[in-house]
Amino acid sequence: MELSRAVSMDYLREVSIEARRNVMKMITHAQAGHVGGALSCMDILVALYFEVMRVDPARPRWEDRDRFVLSKGHASVALYAVLAERGFFPKRDLMTFDQIGSRLQGHVDMTKTPGVDMSTGSLGHGLSAAAGMALGGKLASKDFRVHALLGDGELQEGQVWEAVMFAAGRRLDNLTAIIDYNKLQLYGAVAEMLPIEPLLMKWQAFGWHTMEVDGHDMAQIIGSLRRAAMEKDRPTVIVAHTVKGKGVSFMERKVEWHAKPPTHKECERALAELREA
Amino acid sequence: MRSLRRTRSAREPLQNSERHEREVPTVDESKARAPRAEPTSKLVSMRDAFGKGLVDAGRRNDRIVVLDADLASSTRTSMFADEIPERFIQVGIAEQNMVGLAAGLSTVGYIPFACTFAVFMSKRACEQVSTSVAYPRLNVKLVGAYSGLYTGKTGATHQSLEDIAIMRAIPNIVVVVPADAVQLSKALDAIVEYDGPVYLRVARDAYPVIFDESYRFELGKAVVLREGNDASIVAAGIMTQTALYAAEQLAREGLQLRVVNVSTIKPIDREAICKAARETGAIVTVENHSIIGGLASSVAEVVTEECPVPVEKVGVTDVFGESGSNEDLTVKYGLSVDSVVEAVSRVLAKKRLGLGRRHSTG
Repeated sequence: MELSRAVSMDYLREVSIEARRNVMKMITHAQAGHVGGALSCMDILVALYFEVMRVDPARPRWEDRDRFVLSKGHASVALYAVLAERGFFPKRDLMTFDQIGSRLQGHVDMTKTPGVDMSTGSLGHGLSAAAGMALGGKLASKDFRVHALLGDGELQEGQVWEAVMFAAGRRLDNLTAIIDYNKLQLYGAVAEMLPIEPLLMKWQAFGWHTMEVDGHDMAQIIGSLRRAAMEKDRPTVIVAHTVKGKGVSFMERKVEWHAKPPTHKECERALAELREA
Repeated sequence: MRSLRRTRSAREPLQNSERHEREVPTVDESKARAPRAEPTSKLVSMRDAFGKGLVDAGRRNDRIVVLDADLASSTRTSMFADEIPERFIQVGIAEQNMVGLAAGLSTVGYIPFACTFAVFMSKRACEQVSTSVAYPRLNVKLVGAYSGLYTGKTGATHQSLEDIAIMRAIPNIVVVVPADAVQLSKALDAIVEYDGPVYLRVARDAYPVIFDESYRFELGKAVVLREGNDASIVAAGIMTQTALYAAEQLAREGLQLRVVNVSTIKPIDREAICKAARETGAIVTVENHSIIGGLASSVAEVVTEECPVPVEKVGVTDVFGESGSNEDLTVKYGLSVDSVVEAVSRVLAKKRLGLGRRHSTG
């Protein structure tokens, strides 16, 4: 049992690396995209789509599927890489990212990309939609779960807290929010731009079940997502401590790699690092 | 014309405090041209009609859910809350979240009616409407209550004079503005049937009924309420009654005005507007909204593109409103029958000068 679990973790880590490599290729090819925040949330996405969520790539609109809302819609490249890896669409499509006519938009579009459950882009919107899905699940007596991934800087948006209040008020225990807490936003450190701490206490005060994990430790991520599913009468938030630009040494914890496209040389260096990882 | 109410108009002045005009004009039957439609003396509250219609729709279709941001007693979604509490969702005073919730609910197969004042739906939650509803073209119904100037003396912050312009500019949204209680309840059925985002603009107060129960509402279709060839009045919402009063008054002066009611502002009935332009050579638009971006602009766009004729606009002229009775607001902000009559004389003067004439015959 222990052995198979270890093998499984190794596999998930390999998937993460492959998806990160594809992110580098997509962004370099398109010369656009948000690399830092895509790399920081990658392990969470892989855990969700390869281990935790009930999905069927052959039936992306299957009504009993678990839902995922990428509230930080600018991390689209990460989700595309994972969806392609999971088989929602051919991996060759990845290189069309941000090209005219592509189904892979700069920010995720549920009408264009198989497997995308909600269109987002403007920050602060995703948790409301996820809460709506969770409420719909309750009303329809469905047992699917809804996950929403939010950026840390995004928590500065007021709408997030409207949704936080609502989800707790309606006891949406089929909803899990995950914070990609990479500590940086576009123009600087979150703590300097507008502090969001004390983060756990805020969510607790609003009535949420809270957990804190290392957002790059696959076992911790999966464990917390599974514990969230067992919580009754209240939604769960998982504050995942992450590293912006994770996996590429010269990008890690660097504000300038929020949305800067790498040169081809930088891309090669990044791919080599990821190969060795 | 089969479906339109054809009754004699009342001779007595309206007694209701929510009346928006001094007097219902009398009809000289000998001069009247058939077919015609006139407002009756029967006043029906638009918000009550909305509340009732929503309950009826909800009883017929269990996929309908209603979201309210603490205005249920005002918008009359309270009726739905009383009758079908299990599908009434109170979100608190949080319109942005309400629209996002509605988007999420629609992805699970529900038909959410997100209801608030028009001013908050179109401005407070504008980006949520655009990004979470319109962009993915989700089956969410957005209801803007207390639209226009008449909002119960609440003043400029609660008067919605730009909502049609805003909603119309966002792709994928169908914009519906009912003129009376009958058209509103019929429109509700069509909106439920239609799969996609709709903005429904609802007035607060009671207005004379124009349509009878045989009226069949069709999304995107305008209705000619009165035939005439001297000029056309194209009216939307509760100003349709005002347009009919004005046409009646002008008929006594020997002018025959065509009155066209546009209940779907987007997509607009281009055919009906061009027909009116070509056959009457002049158009006056009438709406309880800014003349920027609403009905006036919609009609002007069609006319300039396809059938140029002079267009005069009756509406609020790029100013904020203020607190006051409906009667006083009507006079001060130029929404009276007299304002329409004056606009008709302006447009006729332009028509006589031959503006747009070469095109209008083609």
